[in-house]
Amino acid sequence: MARFVIRRLLQSGVVLLGVTLVVFLLLQLVPGDPVRVALGTRFDPQTYEALRARAGLDQPLVAQYFNYLGRALTGDLGVSFRSGRPVTSIVLERLPATLSLAVTAVVFAMLIAFPLGVLSAIRSGSFIDHAARVFSQFGVSVPDFWMGIMGILLFAGVLGWLPPSGYVALTEDPARWASHVALPAATVGLVTASILTRFIRSSMLEVLSEDYVRTAEAKGLRTRVVVLRHVLRNALIPVVTVVAVQLASLLGGVIVIEVLFAWPGIGRLTYDAVQARDYPVLQGAVLLVAALFLLVNLLVDILYARLDPRITVR
Amino acid sequence: MSERQRGDRPVLAVEDLTVTIGTRRGPARAVAGVDWSVRAGETLALVGESGSGKSMSVLAATGLAPRSARVTGRVHLLGTELTGLPAERRRRMRGRHVGFVFQDPMTSLNPVLTVGRQVIEAAEEHLGLTRRAARARAVELLDLVGIPSAAERVDAYPHQFSGGMRQRVVIAMALACEPDLLIADEPTTALDVTTQAQIVELVADLQRRLGTAVVWITHDLGVVAGIADTVAVMYAGRILEQGPVDAVFADPSHPYTAALLAARPDPAAGGGDLVTIQGAPPSPLDLPAGCAFWPRCPVRGDARCEHELPPLAPVSADHHVRTFYPHQPDGGSR
Repeated sequence: MARFVIRRLLQSGVVLLGVTLVVFLLLQLVPGDPVRVALGTRFDPQTYEALRARAGLDQPLVAQYFNYLGRALTGDLGVSFRSGRPVTSIVLERLPATLSLAVTAVVFAMLIAFPLGVLSAIRSGSFIDHAARVFSQFGVSVPDFWMGIMGILLFAGVLGWLPPSGYVALTEDPARWASHVALPAATVGLVTASILTRFIRSSMLEVLSEDYVRTAEAKGLRTRVVVLRHVLRNALIPVVTVVAVQLASLLGGVIVIEVLFAWPGIGRLTYDAVQARDYPVLQGAVLLVAALFLLVNLLVDILYARLDPRITVR
Repeated sequence: MSERQRGDRPVLAVEDLTVTIGTRRGPARAVAGVDWSVRAGETLALVGESGSGKSMSVLAATGLAPRSARVTGRVHLLGTELTGLPAERRRRMRGRHVGFVFQDPMTSLNPVLTVGRQVIEAAEEHLGLTRRAARARAVELLDLVGIPSAAERVDAYPHQFSGGMRQRVVIAMALACEPDLLIADEPTTALDVTTQAQIVELVADLQRRLGTAVVWITHDLGVVAGIADTVAVMYAGRILEQGPVDAVFADPSHPYTAALLAARPDPAAGGGDLVTIQGAPPSPLDLPAGCAFWPRCPVRGDARCEHELPPLAPVSADHHVRTFYPHQPDGGSR
C-alpha cells in the first residue's frame, strides 16, 4: 500500500509538471498586458520597463517558464501583480472556503441521491421512481445560478431565514458558518444530487439483474439484506468515481455560485484573477485545483481496493 | 447430519403449474400445466431444450419467478401449499428447506463478499447462528463439499477459486441449512467435462449422506441416466414424457424423447455426423393448439396432432406420455 501511494504521488508530480506547462503556455495566448493593467493611469515607459524586468517578463519564454518552475518547487508561486502579496498564501487562504462549500454540497447531494437512487431502482416503475426521475431531470436542466437566485429570493428575501450571501469561517463561528453555507451548498448540491441519483439508479438496476442477487434471494434473505449487503456494495463501485469527479470539480471552485453568493473561494479568486489578468494568481489557483484533483483520484483508487477485493493496489 | 428416509409424502409436489410472462409483445406462456413431484432421497430430472420451461417451472414453484410472471396452480412444499402464501412466508422457506445451485458459478457468487460469508448467511438468517458458530459451520460445509484447507479458504473471495471449486462453494451454500430439497439448475453446463463429472458425483454422494431430495434441471441425458430416479421431458412448457428413468430410457414412448436419445453422441460409433432434430421449438408467444412438437415430429401424425392436444396418458404404471402415437419398442411408428 505504501509503495502504491508513493508511486502514485510521483506520477501525480509528473502530471502537475504538465499542468504548469500547459497553463504557462495558455496564458501567453491571452491578450492583454498585465503590467499595463497594473499601472493603469499611472503609466509611464520607465516604470513600465522596470516592472516588466522585476516580474521577469522581459526574458525569453523558456527562461520565464524554468524560473517559475524552480521557484514553484520551493513553494514560491510568485507574487500577485495586483496586490503584491505571495501567491501561495493568497491561494491557500481561499482553500478553506471552497473546501467547506464543496464538502457540504457533496454530503448534501449524497443524502438526497442515495435514498432516492436506491428506492427508485428497487421500486422501478413506481411513484417514487417517477418522482426521482422528474427531480433529476429538473436538477440537471435548470441552471444553477437561477436556482441560486430563487433560493436567495425565497430563503433570504421572503422568509428571511438565511443570509443572502457572505462567508464566515467554520473555525470562527460554526453556527454562522452553517447559515451562510446552507444556500450555496444546497444550490450546488441539488445539481450534484440529480446527476448522482440517475447514476445510482442505473448502477443499482444493473446489479439487481446479476445472478448473485438471484442467489441471495434463493437463500431466503430479507430484501433489506439483499439490497444492502449484495446489491448496494457492488453498485457503489462505479458510483464512487462519479462522486469523486463531482467533488473534485467542486473543489476547483464553482465560479458562478461563488460569485453569486460572495463566497471567497478558489472560484471567486480565479474569476478576479482573470478579470485583473493577474497571471501568477491564476497559475497558482489552477495548480492548486489540479493538485486537489490528483489527490481525490488517489483517494478513490484506495477506496476502490477497499470496496472490490478483485482490485489490489500495488 | 440427519439421515432422512425415503418417505411416501413428496418433499415438493407441483400440480397444474402455469407460468405466463407479460412481455412487450403480449403474454408468453412459459409453463403450461405441469405436474411433478419429488420424494426425500429421490432425484427428479427435468430435461428439455433451452426455453422448454424446465427452469421456469422450478423458479415459479419456489417464488423466484420474475415479477412480470403470473403463476397459477398448486405447489406443496413439505405439505405446505406455497402458491397462496404471502411472499414473506415463501422467503422463509427458501434457503431453509430448499437450496439452489445455479448454472454459472462464475456469476452466481457475489464478487465482493468472502465465500465463507456467502456460504453461511442463509444459516444466520434462518437458524439464527451466532457469528462464531456460523464461521465454524462455514468451514465444516466447505470441507464437506471437498474444498481443500477449508479453514484458510473460508476468508477468500470467489475470484480466488476455479470454476469447479466455485460450484462446490455454491453447493456448500445451498446445503447450509440442511434443506430437504436441493434444486440444481444445470449446475454442470458452465464447467469443463472432468469437473462436470466431479460435481455430479459430489451431489450424488451428498444426497446419499444427507437424504436430500434433488430436482436436477439439465439437457444432458448422460447425467440423467447416471443419477436420476425419475425423469420428466419438457417441451414448449409441457411435459411430453414422464416416468422412472430406466423405463423412459429403455422404452422412450414419445417421438421427441426417442429423437433426443438418438441424438446423443456415441463415442463408440466414431466420428460420424451427429444426429439432430430438424427445426426449432415454437415461440412461447404463439403456441400451436395441438401438439407443440408436431411440426418437428419424425412420426408426423395427422390433422389431429395439429389441432388437438394429446393428453398425458399412461403407457405403464408410472410411465406417462403425451402423444397420440406412442413409439413402439420394435420401432413400429418410426
